[in-house]
Amino acid sequence: MDLAEGVIRQHLIDPEICIRCNTCEATCPVGAITHDSRNYVVDAGKCNLCMDCVPPCPTGSIDNWRTVPIARAYSVAEQLGWDSLPAELPPEQLAQAGAGEAASTGVAPGGSPTVADAAISAEGQFQAAQYGATLPPWSAAHPYTNLYGPRAAEKAVTATCVGNVRVTQVGTDYDTHHLMLDFGAMPFPVLEGQSIGILPPGLDAQGRPHHARQYSIASPRNGERPGYNNLSLTIKRVLEDHQGKPVRGVASNYLCDLKVGDKVQVIGPFGASFLMPNHPKSHIVMICTGTGSAPMRAMTEWRRRLRASGKFEGGKLMLFFGARTKEELPYFGPLQNLPKDFIDINFAFSRTPGQTRRYVQDAMRDRAADLAALLADPNAYFYVCGLKAMEEGVVLALRDIAVQAGLPWETVGAALRRDGRLHLETY
Amino acid sequence: MSTINYSEKIPNNVNLSEDRTLQRALEQWQPNYLQWWQDMGPDGSQDFDVYLRTAVSVDPQGWAQFGHVKMPDYRWGIFLNPADKDRKIHFGDHKGEAAWQDLPGEYRANLRRIIVTQGDTEPASVEQQRHLGLTCPSQYDLRNLFQVNVEEGRHLWAMVYLLHKYFGRDGREEGEALLERRSGHADNPRILQAFNEKTPDWLSFFMFTYFTDRDGKFQLCALAESSFDPLARTTKFMLTEEAHHMFVGESGVSRVIQRTCQVMNELKTDDPARLRAAGVIDLPTIQRYLNFHFSVTIDLFGADQSSNAATFYSTGLKGRFEEGKRSDDHQLRGQTYKVLDVQAGMLVEKDVPMLNALNEVLRDDYITDSKGGVERWNKVIEKAGIPFRLSVPHKAFHRSIGTLAGVKVSPDGRHIHDHEWNQHVEEWLPTDEDRAFVASLMGRVVEPGRFANWIAPPVMGINRQPVDFEYVRFN
Repeated sequence: MDLAEGVIRQHLIDPEICIRCNTCEATCPVGAITHDSRNYVVDAGKCNLCMDCVPPCPTGSIDNWRTVPIARAYSVAEQLGWDSLPAELPPEQLAQAGAGEAASTGVAPGGSPTVADAAISAEGQFQAAQYGATLPPWSAAHPYTNLYGPRAAEKAVTATCVGNVRVTQVGTDYDTHHLMLDFGAMPFPVLEGQSIGILPPGLDAQGRPHHARQYSIASPRNGERPGYNNLSLTIKRVLEDHQGKPVRGVASNYLCDLKVGDKVQVIGPFGASFLMPNHPKSHIVMICTGTGSAPMRAMTEWRRRLRASGKFEGGKLMLFFGARTKEELPYFGPLQNLPKDFIDINFAFSRTPGQTRRYVQDAMRDRAADLAALLADPNAYFYVCGLKAMEEGVVLALRDIAVQAGLPWETVGAALRRDGRLHLETY
Repeated sequence: MSTINYSEKIPNNVNLSEDRTLQRALEQWQPNYLQWWQDMGPDGSQDFDVYLRTAVSVDPQGWAQFGHVKMPDYRWGIFLNPADKDRKIHFGDHKGEAAWQDLPGEYRANLRRIIVTQGDTEPASVEQQRHLGLTCPSQYDLRNLFQVNVEEGRHLWAMVYLLHKYFGRDGREEGEALLERRSGHADNPRILQAFNEKTPDWLSFFMFTYFTDRDGKFQLCALAESSFDPLARTTKFMLTEEAHHMFVGESGVSRVIQRTCQVMNELKTDDPARLRAAGVIDLPTIQRYLNFHFSVTIDLFGADQSSNAATFYSTGLKGRFEEGKRSDDHQLRGQTYKVLDVQAGMLVEKDVPMLNALNEVLRDDYITDSKGGVERWNKVIEKAGIPFRLSVPHKAFHRSIGTLAGVKVSPDGRHIHDHEWNQHVEEWLPTDEDRAFVASLMGRVVEPGRFANWIAPPVMGINRQPVDFEYVRFN
């Protein structure tokens, strides 16, 4: 899940509102925030979008985002010179700079045309993130967080690679691996939806240790193999940037090349709100692209194990999964084998030759009738994971579906957030 | 009250329920605290539902939980930053030894004094601000005032926890005394003079939260370096809350300036009389308020030469601002620092032993930090195209503590005679007329989304809520 290609939503601090109180820098678990005598700034290369800095900020200046091509992400030096935030780049510039490549995992930049319009209009901008809950569902299990890390008693824990398999078809450039890590006797309790940080070995170009890269856990709480202290990750190998220039992602290549028996330094777990409901008959709607499927795999597998036990009455599971092509979709094969009465799967492929481009929000609109009923049901929980660019399109689709069904979006959207029913994890 | 389960009632991360003695001590203190809040907390507001941020734990998700609560029901908790079991003392004579988890007997008196002095400022500011709610310029500002108030209350809890836990009977008595002193009281005043001054209007409140709460930040930063680990961990967490208070001050003054500049441009005038007639606060008046609050606040750092400061540092009780980020020997023996002195009618710098000048070191760091925000206010004026600059006065201006106490120095740093001082003092410090004028603007505005004429709305609301959100429900 490295920030690999196309455009990113870059995290920035508004220098006109910031009071330089240092709270964000003191909070950031990965040291991405720095300052000089003038400004506090976020290093896009280090920020893992964990959002830890957002609630503690007293001013709201921390919560600013700009869509930029990765190659033109604002550097620390640039940001230190600012007196105010730059305007959003006009769409033509984004397109020229190769933003179109952001569609590589099945999501158009900004989604449908209406979304693109909304995203760039200066006033009344649709803020998808404002509907995202910061609290977990009421029946979520209690997560452990930050057991290992720079601010914890133990700086890192060592895990052992116990498996590494490719989960996309060989022959495509979309090389995705399913990686299994075992923690032996070391405590590392996790829940579906949480993530961990990997510390790649070696030093970066400046001679400093690499910063941690964050990955969602793809396995359920009782282990990739039930009853064992292990977990799995879904890693996409990053080989080129959006312009096709070869760039080897530091962590993704390190992880994809791990051999069984190799040791890995891990921090975490992270995440206390993107957690699944655990009460009987609770429904889960999962919307993802590419490696954003990791937490969905974890939740699905936990529900599958519960179902197999015969002691838990689960609700509906609905999955919307986007990729460029079938061949590039991780876990395509295993997903086909799940019973239809267990999970309702909807694929969207944006680059299947001879077919029109279909994005996850298109698949969602096709299922508007079912989704409307779930939006109105307090026992239904929505999870979105994938590239940042999908967030707006997906939330707008939810809004349109609600409105078409005669549900007032202001009420529904507010309830989704308040009741911990809509969770956004995009990067 | 003894049946209350305090492990639930007092949110804490210090295993309160496992320490029965401490639990009982706090059980006895809590009703007195609540009584103090009823008597001296925000006037007439006990029944309001206020959109407050409550800390329920010290991790990023837990310490900024928002919701409407009645202030007397605010869950004042006890939170310490996580412990680092390998933490070492990193300055002073004990440098390199393990940080103290318990109180060293030989430093008991000094630590008690430090904690009581810090603790005393917390309820004092609540008392100073207790009538401001009656003249708030908006719901948004009213909410911010109340947030500051409840968090000052929590900071009192933080200090009382240390007193109760580590100082036995003395500590409990000090805990009671913290509730008995009163800001501005003739017989039983608060310990530090700035906390006995009145905060009569909202411009004073914003200046106070900008300048005086920033003093709080620097004191807390210095204590967060302490070798006494519980004090360091407590103050570290208090700093996260203190940031909001400075935000209220910095953005408050900034919005006053913004509104004034807007009216200056509308009326195309810089005449204070016309601006006052238009109901906004002219920039020279803002400068005078700034001069007053800045000078009163830098007195809080204490005498420029202090053997106490040297002792506190050498014994490891109180460090310097960002001690950990400095690259000297962290013991400072034989080093010198420049402080101001008056010789033959001139202000001159003289070298004194660094250890004795640590108050001055902290004061100078504070001044640098204060200037940053004033420059950001100047950006607002600049943006409006108005040729006026605010500035902080010379550090010898209007001082009452240390070598410079009573020495007449102009804001630009010239030592002057009484005659010149008396001629100009009305240009430099707020006059009674200034204060009466500012007071005359203080009418109560509480409709959601409406703001008093003398202040601009904020750019954004609290916790991503809209500016016209119902931050306070008056019931």
